[in-house]
Amino acid sequence: MRQRRWRDSGLAVLMLGPSIVILGWFVVYPLVKAMILGTQRCSPSGSCPVHGGLQQYVDAFTSTQFQDALIVTIKYALITVPIGVVLGLALAVLADKYIRGIGIFRTIFSSTVATSVAVSSVMWFFLLNPNVGVLADLLGGVFKTPGLLQGKGTALWAVSASSIWANLGFTFIVITAGLQSVPKDLYESAYVDGANGLGRFTNVTLPLISPVLLFVTVVLTARAFESFAEVDLLTQGGPKGSTTTLTYLAYGRGLPTSSDDGLRATVSVLVFFVLLILALVQFRGLEKRVHYGN
Amino acid sequence: MAYPLPVANVRLKNLTKQFDGVTAVDGVDLDVADREFMILLGPSGCGKSTLLRMIAGLEDPTEGEVYIGETMVNDVLPKDRDVAMVFQSYALYPHKTVQANIEFPLKVRKVDKVERAKSALAAAESLGLGEYMSRKPGALSGGQRQRVALARAIVRKPAVFCMDEPLSNLDAKLRGETRAELIALHQRLESTFIYVTHDQVEAMTMGNRIAVMSRGKIEQVGTPQDVYDRPASVFIAQFVGTPPMNILPAGSIETGKHLVGVRPEHVHISPEGSLAMTVTLVEQLGHELLVTGRVGERRVVVRQPAHSVVPEIGAEVRIVADAADLHRFDPVTELRIDI
Repeated sequence: MRQRRWRDSGLAVLMLGPSIVILGWFVVYPLVKAMILGTQRCSPSGSCPVHGGLQQYVDAFTSTQFQDALIVTIKYALITVPIGVVLGLALAVLADKYIRGIGIFRTIFSSTVATSVAVSSVMWFFLLNPNVGVLADLLGGVFKTPGLLQGKGTALWAVSASSIWANLGFTFIVITAGLQSVPKDLYESAYVDGANGLGRFTNVTLPLISPVLLFVTVVLTARAFESFAEVDLLTQGGPKGSTTTLTYLAYGRGLPTSSDDGLRATVSVLVFFVLLILALVQFRGLEKRVHYGN
Repeated sequence: MAYPLPVANVRLKNLTKQFDGVTAVDGVDLDVADREFMILLGPSGCGKSTLLRMIAGLEDPTEGEVYIGETMVNDVLPKDRDVAMVFQSYALYPHKTVQANIEFPLKVRKVDKVERAKSALAAAESLGLGEYMSRKPGALSGGQRQRVALARAIVRKPAVFCMDEPLSNLDAKLRGETRAELIALHQRLESTFIYVTHDQVEAMTMGNRIAVMSRGKIEQVGTPQDVYDRPASVFIAQFVGTPPMNILPAGSIETGKHLVGVRPEHVHISPEGSLAMTVTLVEQLGHELLVTGRVGERRVVVRQPAHSVVPEIGAEVRIVADAADLHRFDPVTELRIDI
């Protein structure tokens, strides 16, 4: 019996081995390495002579730059997540009809999932650019002078628009899959019982796709906190830091952190913990309202 | 908990439903009397569920008219037809408690909170669900879920109940028990029941009348005994009754070119029998003995009492049936011929 258990353990290690090696090498090792690097200060040449210890995390977290970037990121998430979820839900509900030709709309709505952040950011850059942008020419006003990407009060909204558009395909596809898993009998039952369209939406659709909505919310929040490319391509964190998100603070150009790999690692690890706490809060807070079926 | 009801006979006139050119229901005429328990019986795909869904308002007829009482309801929304529907899947809201499920039709009708709690409790208690009000459907057995679906249907006191194979997800024992409960419920509520099933035992035991459907049409409407004793076609003769009626060419039994049908319980094994049958299968079911054999190319089943002599497989036995028990059918149309 004992011998057999040992033999089974050996087999288990053998089967799990590849996953352990891959996860260890690509996830655990970089995380530990980043955490260690986060306790150091480095020179532009790459050497890291100063060991700040854990205090470096406290200092970074309480610094004005980090606090400002955290506020910008929270604002960015508060704009992109609710609007992204509501728009994705609205499009998915509209496209969840058996109408001739609806497949074309489904393809259009989901197309942004195949568009890279770089491409969508460049596209939005050319839409919003005050000199050559289509929208600036068409709409004028604040679109033209100073331009949405250049205005301190509008830049974050402009970057958010690009991000919402880029994520819409993902949101649409996931929510559409959720809608298609709702049994049609429930809608028919509610219809015979006297529920109107809104009643069926609130009593059947929303509760039954709530796990999908929670998933989308958590993923979009994580994406908002990790957003870098759109900020880098559209505003480079400006004007005056109004679009400097946490990830841009960690990786962006022309910032106090830019030349110090140690500080970049400190910020990255802090972003990781902020996201971890946020995801836990979201799960705990929203899970009470989520129904996972029978 | 019978309640005063409007007269709710249901009348279907030339009702037709086509889906993309495929005819699911084909010119059906049917009168369901007020407070009748009408069964729509037929095999899968015969159009019985589509017919029921047109009565409930879940499908629009391609042609024809649906009347509930004296009102033509083709253009009336389901909620205004005074019809409740019980689905095969029960269609309970999984995120709502039993109480919220039962209250739902009243809630959407903006019935006062206290009043609807009272009605829901009364409906639940009438079906033995009183102690489960705070549970969610996931925590209930199949039979209990089925009863919640029924409670949700009766709580708003509809004139007509439409039921689409509500027992088919239950095991055999529970199905038998629930069958009896449904019959009692119909008697208690005194409302009109239209019940779709492919199960002939349900049809025979529950309905005041049965409408047997095949390929979108109603082939016969009658009391269960009438349908069993005088099937209108070979299809009905073989669909209603287990084992099905034996069908043989007339030549082997009597003169003529028609088809002759005889129920297994009306065939006897007897040395004086006029027909020779080669035994291929013997099934001892405890309460009876089923002997299957071949007469020429045709399969014949004989129902014998439990303790009859068990014939050997491959043996040749003689069989006989009383002329009064024979049914005759046209060989081309397969419709009943009354001589």
